Amino acid sequence: MATDILMPALSPTMEQGKLAKWLKKEGDPVKAGDILAEIETDKATMEVEAVDEGVLAKILVADGTDNVAVNTPIAVLAEEGEDPKGVQAGGAKPNGKETGEAQKAPAPDMQAEGHTERPAPAAKTDGDKPVAAPASPAVITSRSDDRAMAEIPEGTEMVTQTVREALRDAMAEEMRRDGNVFVMGEEVAEYQGAYKITQGLLQEFGAKRVVDTPITEHGFAGVGVGAAFTGLRPIVEFMTFNFAMQAIDQIINSAAKTLYMSGGQLGCPIVFRGPNGAAARVGAQHSHDYAAWYSNVPGLKVVMPYTASDAKGLLKSAIRDPNPVVFLENEILYGQSFPVPKLDDFTVPIGKAKVHREGRDVTIVSFGIGMTYALKAAHELAEAGIEAEVIDLRTIRPMDSETVVASVKKTGRCITVEEGFPQSGIGAEIAARLMVDAFDYLDAPVLRITGKDVPMPYAANLEKLALPNVAEVIEAAKAVCYR
Amino acid sequence: MDAAKEARRGSDKTREKAAPPPSASNVPAFSRDEDLHAYREMLLIRRFEEKAGQLYGMGLIGGFCHLYIGQEAVVIGVQMASKDGDQVITGYRDHGHMLACGMEPKGVMAELTGRRGGYSRGKGGSMHMFSREKNFYGGHGIVGAQVSLGTGIGFANKYRGDGAVSLTYMGDGAANQGQVYESFNMAQLWKLPVVYVIENNRYAMGTSVSRASAQTDFSKRGVSFGIPGEQVDGMDVRAVREAATRAIAHARDGEGPYILEMQTYRYRGHSMSDPAKYRTKDEVARMREESDPIEQVRKRLLGPHKVAEDEIKAVDAKVREIVNESADFATSDPEPDPSELWTDILL
Repeated sequence: MATDILMPALSPTMEQGKLAKWLKKEGDPVKAGDILAEIETDKATMEVEAVDEGVLAKILVADGTDNVAVNTPIAVLAEEGEDPKGVQAGGAKPNGKETGEAQKAPAPDMQAEGHTERPAPAAKTDGDKPVAAPASPAVITSRSDDRAMAEIPEGTEMVTQTVREALRDAMAEEMRRDGNVFVMGEEVAEYQGAYKITQGLLQEFGAKRVVDTPITEHGFAGVGVGAAFTGLRPIVEFMTFNFAMQAIDQIINSAAKTLYMSGGQLGCPIVFRGPNGAAARVGAQHSHDYAAWYSNVPGLKVVMPYTASDAKGLLKSAIRDPNPVVFLENEILYGQSFPVPKLDDFTVPIGKAKVHREGRDVTIVSFGIGMTYALKAAHELAEAGIEAEVIDLRTIRPMDSETVVASVKKTGRCITVEEGFPQSGIGAEIAARLMVDAFDYLDAPVLRITGKDVPMPYAANLEKLALPNVAEVIEAAKAVCYR
Repeated sequence: MDAAKEARRGSDKTREKAAPPPSASNVPAFSRDEDLHAYREMLLIRRFEEKAGQLYGMGLIGGFCHLYIGQEAVVIGVQMASKDGDQVITGYRDHGHMLACGMEPKGVMAELTGRRGGYSRGKGGSMHMFSREKNFYGGHGIVGAQVSLGTGIGFANKYRGDGAVSLTYMGDGAANQGQVYESFNMAQLWKLPVVYVIENNRYAMGTSVSRASAQTDFSKRGVSFGIPGEQVDGMDVRAVREAATRAIAHARDGEGPYILEMQTYRYRGHSMSDPAKYRTKDEVARMREESDPIEQVRKRLLGPHKVAEDEIKAVDAKVREIVNESADFATSDPEPDPSELWTDILL
């Protein structure tokens, strides 16, 4: 019985990769543990090892094929004694998979509107044809009806970039601009970044300014803060903000409070950045969303972008900011593509929310990856005749209440969407502010859609239940509209 | 259970383990001027701290107030070995370090009383004062945090290549914090110009060194990173300067960090609210009588240096005047304007 060799997932969030090179050819005998092929993702190059013994009967996806979806059959392994020539792809086990259209890379516009899913482990395949998804268009133009583009001069050429590329470009541009800017953290230099956000920086700026640290969050956060006190501008990368809990004393007690405690003498121009919140199936200790935690602290600025364009513009602003900025990224968003303005020096102001989608019936306030639920819900609500206005906070602290209040005065209704926990969350803060600033305009209570009040479970079904979902957002929107 | 007895036992053990102070003959002598300088500087700290204690007792200083009395030779000796541009950072027992860095006694005292003329405009207090001008980076209230920060200052010195050395102080208590070792590792890995000065005053609040530390020889705390260290008689300002000169040269020459364990003693409690029942009065009295850092210098001035008693009295009077002025200022200066509540949060 022949076996399909499937495109492996090399990380919790990998959706597709490039089949860089086959190291075995058709007809070669294969032992378990043999290296069959090399796979490249935007993060790394990895080797595919054989699990079973047999003969490599048929290669289904050729060398150099891009965008091969996870779980696509890439080759067929015949059992010993079986006639390799008679082996059929697709019919080999594991079967039971639906065949159909190849999973397409989502177009940037779709992503900007939130029409992307979390990584789906079960990719669909199209018979025995290679399933390279079409690449996204390289250049798209900004749409005039998109308020998201209001900060960008009309007619600006837009290029498609992933959030990952946008963050890297932001750091590189600021490092070129100011010799006091340097980046430090675990695996930022030689490894090129655990999530490849610092890719290429070591090559351009050298080891003095791209500093690999030992695994020592508390220590290197303090080193960064100390360097910032002297006027350097460190970018401290945490491999994830979960690990920054080891360092939170330095972030809060040293970075955030010293300006005040020194009567204005000792500023701390530092950026703490890294992925925050849930990724995919990484369990409770790697899934915490800290937006609400840092948002509680005077002396900090807290930024949590959704689009690549905001990620770039806000990170550049954060690096220039004379204050400590906690810059919360998201692993799932790293690989998503959005239009980014092609400008020499594009910045987005910290502390300004953005109306991502206009609507008259209900205001949905979100930020970061929460925007994906909000935008999908808005799209479906529109089909049901409810026009939702979707506000992307972008900055959590200082919070742009004005934009939220102005919207609620128009719609009379508000729901909030975040992946963090409900108690003392960002939604709770927004609800409290609206009670004071828009009480007379509210036609319904403010409802919060949040992560559930449980540590993040590992099991796929439970994790899905623990996170917010689009149906909850739609239900809440309908509820506040009394529909 | 007789906790006091146990504590005494602990302190006795410490005394047994403490290395005997190097004999005076090993220590290079100070010139007359150097001893006069050290005397004046140490006395200023002593009198300042006594005054702070007094104001605290009168309710004019609030919160926590940790006095440096007894430890004066440490910071003065290190400062005598440092150069302009070297930075100082320490924990919460910081008044002596600020005066040693040349910060104005008035501004320090006014911060202690929470007045607008204080170094932090009344918003920092005893544990949180800074002076960018004098390269004093605080004044940190979280035990051990200043060690990572000081290491970062050393990182910046190396980044800029300006030849400055970060003088990073901590107590024997802080030396058990995890981030201290994270910092040691990075400082040696990257050969950062940092001198770690561990002021071992034998008690981390109420816990004697032998009750808290598996390795009571703090000069060895960098051994696993290959950081050289030495134990120094921290009551003898000459020994301190001698060792600090060596350590600072090591750091400035690009050889990486250096650890100095200063064996010292605080006469007062951990803070003003500490009755210090974990040690005997005899122990304190013996240290004052036999090892007082200021008295040692005074004897040399009156003896070998043949300084007239009147000259010393004049120094005493001048110091007292400065301290009284600072207290007058600190008690007459107005409190911060209420609007200050909302300033200096962000730049």
